Amino acid sequence: MATQETTRVTASGLARSRARAATRGGPQKQGTFTPYLFMLPYMILFGIFVAAPTISAFWISLHNWDYLLPGKPFTGLDNYIDLFSGSGSAGLFWKSMWATAQFTIYSVPPLVIFPLLVAVVLHQKFPGRNFFRAVYFAPYVLGVAVVGILWRYLLDPTVGVINYYLGLIGLPSDIPWTNGLPWAWIGLVGMTVWWTAGFNAVIYLAGLQGIPRDLYEAARVDGASRWQQFRHVTLPGLRPVTLFVVTVTILASANVFGQPYLVTGQSGAPGNATRTAIMYITGEGLGRFRMGSASAMSILLASILAIIGAFNFRLLGRRND
Amino acid sequence: MSGDRARRRGLTRRDFLVAGGGATAGLILASCGSGPEGNPAVSGSTSGGTGAKYEGPNVSLAFWNGFTGGDGPFMKDLVTQFNSETDNIEVKMSVQEWADYYVKVPQAVASGSGPDVGIMHINQLATNAARTVILPLDDVAQTLELQEDDFAPIVWNGGTYNGQRYGIPLDTHPLGFYYNKKVMEQGGLDPESPPATGDDYLAALEDLKSKGIEGHWVSPFLFLGGLQWQSLLWQNGGELYNSEGTAATFNSEQGVAAMTWLVDLVKNGYSPANVGQDADTIAFQNDKNAFNWNGIWMINAFKEIKSLDWGVTQIPQIGSEKAAWASSHNFVIMNKEGQDPNKIDASKVFIKWVIDHSVDWAKAGQVPADNSVRTSQEFAALEEQSAFAEQLPYVHFPPPIPGIGDIDVILETAVSEAVLLKKEPADALNDAASTADETLQENAEKYGTG
Repeated sequence: MATQETTRVTASGLARSRARAATRGGPQKQGTFTPYLFMLPYMILFGIFVAAPTISAFWISLHNWDYLLPGKPFTGLDNYIDLFSGSGSAGLFWKSMWATAQFTIYSVPPLVIFPLLVAVVLHQKFPGRNFFRAVYFAPYVLGVAVVGILWRYLLDPTVGVINYYLGLIGLPSDIPWTNGLPWAWIGLVGMTVWWTAGFNAVIYLAGLQGIPRDLYEAARVDGASRWQQFRHVTLPGLRPVTLFVVTVTILASANVFGQPYLVTGQSGAPGNATRTAIMYITGEGLGRFRMGSASAMSILLASILAIIGAFNFRLLGRRND
Repeated sequence: MSGDRARRRGLTRRDFLVAGGGATAGLILASCGSGPEGNPAVSGSTSGGTGAKYEGPNVSLAFWNGFTGGDGPFMKDLVTQFNSETDNIEVKMSVQEWADYYVKVPQAVASGSGPDVGIMHINQLATNAARTVILPLDDVAQTLELQEDDFAPIVWNGGTYNGQRYGIPLDTHPLGFYYNKKVMEQGGLDPESPPATGDDYLAALEDLKSKGIEGHWVSPFLFLGGLQWQSLLWQNGGELYNSEGTAATFNSEQGVAAMTWLVDLVKNGYSPANVGQDADTIAFQNDKNAFNWNGIWMINAFKEIKSLDWGVTQIPQIGSEKAAWASSHNFVIMNKEGQDPNKIDASKVFIKWVIDHSVDWAKAGQVPADNSVRTSQEFAALEEQSAFAEQLPYVHFPPPIPGIGDIDVILETAVSEAVLLKKEPADALNDAASTADETLQENAEKYGTG
């Protein structure tokens, strides 16, 4: 998933705010190339692992490409046009894009709001605070394979633990958490929140710790209630952090793969309703070795995400200094 | 369950836990592939040693396979034994998930760093032959003096593509009929005589139902619902595809009847609705499910559960003829550029040795492909495996068409939609057939086999 990406961005984000604080103290003159030299190590990695593969993917997307077959005929934009042709496989691709969209729409709000509440609580001083911080973060250290297998057995409609306990308290015990709608989405979103909420909570927590205490004191002096403090001090103070959390969560959700692959199966039960875009693209490129059309799909998905990301920055980043 | 999981992966493959980066990573690697130029497959360059003996300089062979389950240690033991008996060949076995294996091997072979010898499922041979990942082995079969008479015909013939042999069959692993004796007794059935015909089968399920037992849990996944449906389709005299492999025929009357039979088990209360992945097998192990058509690879897994009282026999004949789904592991020799001929000779010796010792492999839960091994006293002593072997005359494999594995996920969708009662069996299969037709056409075009 986007884990490594997010960690990296966080680190550079923190560095940036620290750098900004330092500049206020008094800027120093530096050589023209100094900033570029500092960026060089990252740019090399970026070039090798992001820019070059992207260009290569675009080139591949213009061909019928199987790296082992001698003929890789150039097909121009055919791979892209095919996606809009209304053929059966194009229909399946768009169905998988819709599945990704649904997962993103259902999972982003809880993944943005729930960790905020957790962070606010964990920001208070109370005995065992560090223990609970660790508890909420703990699931995040698990790999998707562990989480997937774990939840597949918890959610299983017939032999699962969740339905068993629902039955014990007199609720329906035959809910198809892994192969019925909308239950499968609820299950997938639920397990994702359990798994990754801790990461977002830690980011929020860092943001909360960055809000100056005197702002709260000033608000209290002015007679602001707890809610008013939250609304007018905490939330504005968290704006840049929230922008980061929203952006990263949208990207992570749009790249969802492991959870449905392991819990609802490779074809995304029921039918292929929970087969996401990345699952479909993976099958196309690495299962069927149709790398040209898989690349076209990837580029289309990436473009859509880039547009959403830009929109997101405009919307939330507007009042950011 | 690990054996089952491993095998599931093997046959359905497409598991890429590296998610987000997976597709891109593949593409990076893809763009580095050297392609099949200078492909020795064209000139058929496996000729050389006799396979009976290797007398060249010391060589080390990389042997890759996907035996991640309970079968892994059995193969490991065979390799260790081979290494200790052979002075100048050292085999190094490397195991990974089948899903990763089928993605990695072509890339590794193309870059010249891959395995020298490996195992592939029978439905993967045509694809990998067409993609020049593996070498034709006709001369290997000749020098090893392996011929059709030595093997079960279906397995032997399944290893060919375009008139050439690409796989040396090691085993067959069919679907069989496991029955839980404890649950049968609870349902008032004789645990020593499992039903063998369609009428008996439904009567037994009715008896179980009257005792509140759902007797045949139907899985809405390729494993096992899809394999059960394919077995029934063949029992009805149907076929999955036309003989050229260019069009799907699984939505025929026979295919629809097969699916309807399974769906009716759910509708009539012989199976719970919405069975989860592997839940049918778990329920069988927990004495909740009486009948489970499952693969031979479950023998050792079930044996490990001491409280489980079970038996296994041939799949009951529901349709007009006998039939059962099966797959097969085959030895393949990789088409590495500039491969050392000594390694190819050594590979032949290794393959021949393992085939000769395949009764030890049978213990892992397999039916040996080799006739002399299969008819041996030692194999007859393996009661469960022998029960599966009875089915050999009428097991079915997917046809040897490149890219045929691509259809698995389409079949799974149809099984899912029908068994979960989202679509009528005929609608689910018709929809799948039109998608499959498109895929088969694309593959025929891509591999030039149309």
